[in-house]
Amino acid sequence: MKVLVAVKRVIDANVKVRVKADGTGVETANVKMAMNPFCEIAVEEAIRLKEAGKATEIVAVSCGAQSSQETIRTALAMGADRGIHVLTDVVLQPLAVAKLLKAVIAKEQPGLVILGKQAIDDDCNQTGQMLAGLLGWPQATFASKLQVEDGGFTVTREVDAGLEVIKLKAPALITTDLRLNEPRYASLPNIMKAKKKPIEALTPEALGVDVTPRVKTLKVVEPAKRKSGVRVKSVSELVDKLRNEAKVI
Amino acid sequence: MAILLLAEHDNNAIKPATLNAVTAAAKIGGDVHLLVAGQNAKAAAEAGSKIPGIAKVLLCDDAAYANGLAENVAALLVKLAPAYSHVLAATTAISKSAMPRAAALLDVAQISDIIGVESPDTFVRLTYAGNAVTTVQSSDKIKVITVRSTGFDAAPATGGSAAVETVAGAGDTGLTTFLRQEVHRSERPELASARIVISGGRGMQSGDNFKLLERVADKLGAAVGASRAAVDAGFVPNDYQVGQTGKIIAPDLYVAVGISGAIQHLAGMKDSKVIVAINKDEEAPIFQVADYGLVADLFQAVPELEKELAK
Repeated sequence: MKVLVAVKRVIDANVKVRVKADGTGVETANVKMAMNPFCEIAVEEAIRLKEAGKATEIVAVSCGAQSSQETIRTALAMGADRGIHVLTDVVLQPLAVAKLLKAVIAKEQPGLVILGKQAIDDDCNQTGQMLAGLLGWPQATFASKLQVEDGGFTVTREVDAGLEVIKLKAPALITTDLRLNEPRYASLPNIMKAKKKPIEALTPEALGVDVTPRVKTLKVVEPAKRKSGVRVKSVSELVDKLRNEAKVI
Repeated sequence: MAILLLAEHDNNAIKPATLNAVTAAAKIGGDVHLLVAGQNAKAAAEAGSKIPGIAKVLLCDDAAYANGLAENVAALLVKLAPAYSHVLAATTAISKSAMPRAAALLDVAQISDIIGVESPDTFVRLTYAGNAVTTVQSSDKIKVITVRSTGFDAAPATGGSAAVETVAGAGDTGLTTFLRQEVHRSERPELASARIVISGGRGMQSGDNFKLLERVADKLGAAVGASRAAVDAGFVPNDYQVGQTGKIIAPDLYVAVGISGAIQHLAGMKDSKVIVAINKDEEAPIFQVADYGLVADLFQAVPELEKELAK
């Protein structure tokens, strides 16, 4: 079974994001970038499937500017076999990415597609579901356990009330949640080896996909700051404040 | 202009988050039709018909919707959506799965997790774990939108009398099969809608120690939550997680115990009305958002809190 994993380059999760003064977006110049953490979990899951003899090849795909190639290289260094980069300078929205991935999948014919549940930059949580819809495939979002079975997959999902277990026919798409696995770090030899792994370059035009944004960003501002609070010295003072000052208990 | 609002329900009652989405729909304007898709969901539809902001309830009672499978719910939304200018839902596990799938099949964008309505095509949402407030405008003919419940007040649940109309389903896609749910039953209020929440983090050291928080929660009528670290460590189940990619809540009172306050956790609770932090590390970032901070060993402070509340 071939597994296709989509990966996104985002501002590193540990960076304190700053809004640009002109209100057009957030500062990205000289800011540390990384693979979206949920995408790392997706790559790791694919590698584990291959190590378990359930996957034969892992293809890592990223859509976006030239720099997205670095994120593909990270996936290759972790253990993906080859990469596909859909190159465009258009700022891609989830629907456009889903359409691009659909076109790549039509060529690649994987048996399983794994995406992160959410990118930590736009916090949209859409692309996997959109892609599954466009493909007409079953989907399991927020996966915390994946089992490959004859003709399908059994997936445990993290839902509002706890966990849910569903069975999907193959081919299928899953999106990862935090408890699916703990991603590995790429070793230095593997980083070196990844430099020799192939990355195919494609474009939206070559794939016949219109990536024009549907949603326009009008402005981006900083959130209102909470006014600073006070330190209390004891539990009894705390309870007194909650009862008589904040009046919340 | 009319709005289709997908109800979150348990076949008997409408979940509170839907009432916040009713308020968002009212800000957009136009008739709001509440879609109750479930199995034996007549009671939920009747409860929905009492919400004053609802003009009509569409009840789709079919085994295909018994477990909220995304493929089936999305197909139903796609079938009904062309009669509407907007399709809304409160942000929940079911809507997060089904709404983007429906949007793609309608060839429209989704606007996720809005916290404000500027006009029928312009909305406010948070990005970067709540560190940027973004105003966006949609050019699509149908706006598919999920609503963050902390961004809108809850609409009243009773006082209305909308008609309930039965609608046919869109069939079972047969792509997925529901096997089972592993739900953690609790007598305490639901985390998503509780007025008071007490959460524990890595500092709790074990799942057993969460009993300390549970005892305080029972005194306060509170729900119990947790940081990602506590869930990852296996102290408590996943549905306890408060944060950027877990539950996003804004109770009247949030008590963070042994939680350092990573950006990702703050994104899930910093709109709470009053925040209390109990942590032995006085440098912990959680104190920067706390209204009341207590630097103390939680294993002394929490039992003391329980006693103090009994007074």
